[in-house]
Amino acid sequence: MTSQAEAREALDAHVREIVRWHTSPDTGTPVWIDWAGSAEGKAAGEIGGFDDLIEGFGNFDGERLRNEPHERWIPRAFAGRPFTIFETGGTTGMPKQRIGWEDYKRDYEDFSDTLDDSAFPRGGYWLMVGPTGPRRLRLAIEHLANHRGSSCYFVDLDPRWVKKLIRTGQQDQAKAYMDHVTEQALIILKNRKVDALFTTPRLLETLGEEISLADAGVKGVFCGGTEMSPQTVRFLIEEVLEERVAFLPTYGNTLMGLAAHKPLTKEDGYAITYYAPQPRAVLRVTDPNDASKLVDYGEWGRVELTTLTQEFFLPRFLERDEAVRCEPIERWPWDGVGQVRPFGASEEKIVEGVY
Amino acid sequence: MADLLQLPALRAGRPYESLDVVELRDHRDPDGAPIAAVSQLGAGMIRRDMKRAEERAALLRGIPIRELLERCTAAARIFLEDSISTGLDGSSQSPEDYVTSLSQTSGLPHTLCRANMQKVATVMREMPTILRGLMRGMDPEVLDGGVGKHDGVPVWYTPTTNSLGAVLPSNSPGVHSLWVPSIALKVPVVLKPGREEPWTPMRVAQAMIAAGIPAEAFSLYPTDHEGAATVLDACGRALLFGDARTTGKYAGDASIEIHGPGRSKVLLGADQAENWRDHLDVLVASVADNGGRSCINASAIFVPAHAAEIAEALAERLASIVPLNHDDENARLAAFANPAFAESMDAAIEAGLTAGGARDVTVAKRGGGERLRKHGGATYLLPTVIHCDALTHALANTEYMFPFTSVVEVPEADMLDAIGPSLVVTAITKNESLLAALKRSADIHRLNLGPIPTSRVEWDQPHEGNLFEFLYARRALQERTDW
Repeated sequence: MTSQAEAREALDAHVREIVRWHTSPDTGTPVWIDWAGSAEGKAAGEIGGFDDLIEGFGNFDGERLRNEPHERWIPRAFAGRPFTIFETGGTTGMPKQRIGWEDYKRDYEDFSDTLDDSAFPRGGYWLMVGPTGPRRLRLAIEHLANHRGSSCYFVDLDPRWVKKLIRTGQQDQAKAYMDHVTEQALIILKNRKVDALFTTPRLLETLGEEISLADAGVKGVFCGGTEMSPQTVRFLIEEVLEERVAFLPTYGNTLMGLAAHKPLTKEDGYAITYYAPQPRAVLRVTDPNDASKLVDYGEWGRVELTTLTQEFFLPRFLERDEAVRCEPIERWPWDGVGQVRPFGASEEKIVEGVY
Repeated sequence: MADLLQLPALRAGRPYESLDVVELRDHRDPDGAPIAAVSQLGAGMIRRDMKRAEERAALLRGIPIRELLERCTAAARIFLEDSISTGLDGSSQSPEDYVTSLSQTSGLPHTLCRANMQKVATVMREMPTILRGLMRGMDPEVLDGGVGKHDGVPVWYTPTTNSLGAVLPSNSPGVHSLWVPSIALKVPVVLKPGREEPWTPMRVAQAMIAAGIPAEAFSLYPTDHEGAATVLDACGRALLFGDARTTGKYAGDASIEIHGPGRSKVLLGADQAENWRDHLDVLVASVADNGGRSCINASAIFVPAHAAEIAEALAERLASIVPLNHDDENARLAAFANPAFAESMDAAIEAGLTAGGARDVTVAKRGGGERLRKHGGATYLLPTVIHCDALTHALANTEYMFPFTSVVEVPEADMLDAIGPSLVVTAITKNESLLAALKRSADIHRLNLGPIPTSRVEWDQPHEGNLFEFLYARRALQERTDW
C-alpha cells in the first residue's frame, strides 16, 4: 500500500513532469507554451509540485474549451496524429470540447483493474443505455468492455433534447422520449444475454419498473451521469436491484476521466465517496468564496478538478458540483469527494409555497 | 433535549424511514432545534410502489361496506382520543402531542387545531351520512358488488381507479376531510402531504389502521415536485390543491380534480340592504372562522348599497381579533409558518391600496399600526377589510390566507355576472328572480340560501365535486333471471 506521503511525492513528480511536458517547446501545447511566456507564467516560476501548481495557476476559464481552436490544444508531441473530439454536458449551445488520443483507453483500463470479475464477467456482454453521441463515455464504455474481452450493445439517449423538453415545459414529451429509450433497452435485455449494464440512475429506476434486472441475468450495473443521493443509492441497491446485482456508482466527466469510489455500505448510510484517479487527475473540495482554500474535512465545498496527462493539461477547473471533503483511505491515500451534487443545490431547497 | 421525532413515510401501510429527510421547526423559533424529521421519498420509489395498486384496492374492496363504516366510526374515536403509533416501534403520539406539533409547524393556535380535529373526526364518524349525500341516498351496499337498485332502478357502478392521489396543502387540517371518504368508497389513498402538515394525514391513517382498515390502503409520500407529479400521474384519479401556477397545466385533465383558490363570497340582495346590521354575524363568521385560512372563507362581499358603512361595521368587529399565544383558549388568528408569505401578502395589499380606489377600513378601527405583527416570535397579519370602489380593483376578488375581505358595491342586476368561479356563495336575499338565477349558475360549487356563513359545511353535501362520482362511473346493466 502507498502511504499518503508516497502518494503526494508521486503526485508532485507527476505535476513537474506534466507541466514541463506541456510548456516545453518540443512537446508542449500552444496554450501552455504561451502561458509560460506570459506574465502569469513568469510569475509562477518553476512548478515544483502540486502546491506550486495551485499557487501558480488561477482557476481555468472553461470558456476557452469552447472558443480556442483545437490546434491550440495539440501537444507538439502529438502533431500530425488525428484526434478524437469529445464534448461535455447536456446543455445546448456551443459545447465545451476536449481533444484526445489514448487517454480514455488508459483511464478505463486502469478502472477495469478495480472491477470485480464476478459482477462484470470477462467475456460477457455489456449494454450501455445513456448518452452516446459526441461523448467520451460512449467510446470509453465500449473500450472497457473490449478490454475485458466483452462486446457492448448501445441504446442512445440525447440528454440535450431531454433538457430542452423539460426547460420548455414539455414534460409529456420528455416522458415519451424516456419511454422510447427504455423500450429499446428492454428489447435488448429480453432478447439477448446481457451481463453488465451501464446506465444513468433515472433509467435504471425505469428499467427496474418493467423487469427484474437480476432475473434478466444482469450481474453488475455501472451507473453514472447524474448525481445520486444516498437515498437514491439505497433505493437502487435494495429495491431496484433487489440486492442481487452489484452496483457500481461512478463520478466522471469528459474533462477528468472517471473516479473510483469507496465500497458502499449500509453502515455508511450509502453515502458515495469518490477518489480521483491520481496522479492523472486531482479533485479538491474548495471554499466557494475562495477557491485557493480547501474546506475542512466533513464540510461542503465546490469541486475543483485538475487533469494532468500528456494529452491534456487542465489546471484548477471549477466544476458545477459541490461535495463534502472526505479523508483519504488506505486504498486511495488522498482526499475524496463525497455526496456530490449540483453546486448550489442546498439553496434551491426553499419552501414550496402555501400548497 | 428530546430525541428528534422521526416521521416515516407510509408505503402502502409500511412505515419507511428514508435517508433523505426534511426537518420541521417551530415557526416561532426558525433557528432552533428541529422538532421532527420527515422522511422524503423519490418519484422512482412511488412509481415502483404504484405497480401493485390493484392488489391493494382488492384488499379494501373485500371488506363489506357495513363493516367498513363501523371501522370508520371507530377510527374517529381513536383519532380524537387515543395515543397512536407514528409508524415506528415504540413511537406514540397523544392527541395533545398532535395539537402541539401541528400548531408548531402550521402556525394554527391550539383552538383552531382542535376545531379542525373535530371536523376531520366528524367526517369519519358521520361516514354513513356522507355516503348517503354523495350517493344521493343510494344503499351503500352497492359498493360491495357494484350492482344494486336505486329507487327501484337497477344500477351498476364500476370504480374509475384503484387509488386516489392527493397533493395536499398545509393551510388547514380541515382539508383532510375531503379525501377521507375515499376509504369508505373502497379506494386506497396515495397522499403527498403539505410540507408543514404531515401530522393530520398520518394521524388519520394510523387511526384508521388501528380501527382495522387495511394498512395497505394508505400511502403517505412526503416528496418533491417530481414526486407530486408522479402521484398525480400514477393514480387514476387525483385531487390537486394549489394556486393557478401549480394547477394550470392540469386544467382540463378529467382525472384530476383541481382545488384552487375558493374566492368564496357573500351577496346581499337589494331587499336586504337596509337590514345589513342583522347579518353582521354571518359576515364576521364567513371572513374569520378558522383564522380565515380556508377556501370557504369569504374573500369578497357584494352589497347593493351601504358598502362603506358595512365595511366599517365589519372592520369594527374584526378589529377585536388580535394575535394571542398559541395555546390561549381565545385565540382566533393563525400565525404564518413562513413569515415571507405574510410579508409578500402585506406588500401586495399595500400596493393595491397605493393604486387608489380602495381603503383599508380596519386600520382606524384597530387604532393604527401595521397590518403585519409579531407576537411571541410568530408573524401574523391582522384582519383586514378593504372597501373597494369597483369590482375591477385588484383587491376586490383576491383571496389571502388570513381574515381578509373586500366589500364592494355592486348593483343587484350585475351580481350574477360579477361573481365568477366561487367555491361558496352565501346569498342573503329573498328576491326570487335573483335566487333562481343563482341556482342556474355554473360558477358556484356550494350555494347557501339565506344567512348561512360561507364557512359552514353540511356533510351530506358534496364539496367541490362529488367524490363518489369521481371514483365510480355508472354503466348500463341488464339481467335475465328467468332462465
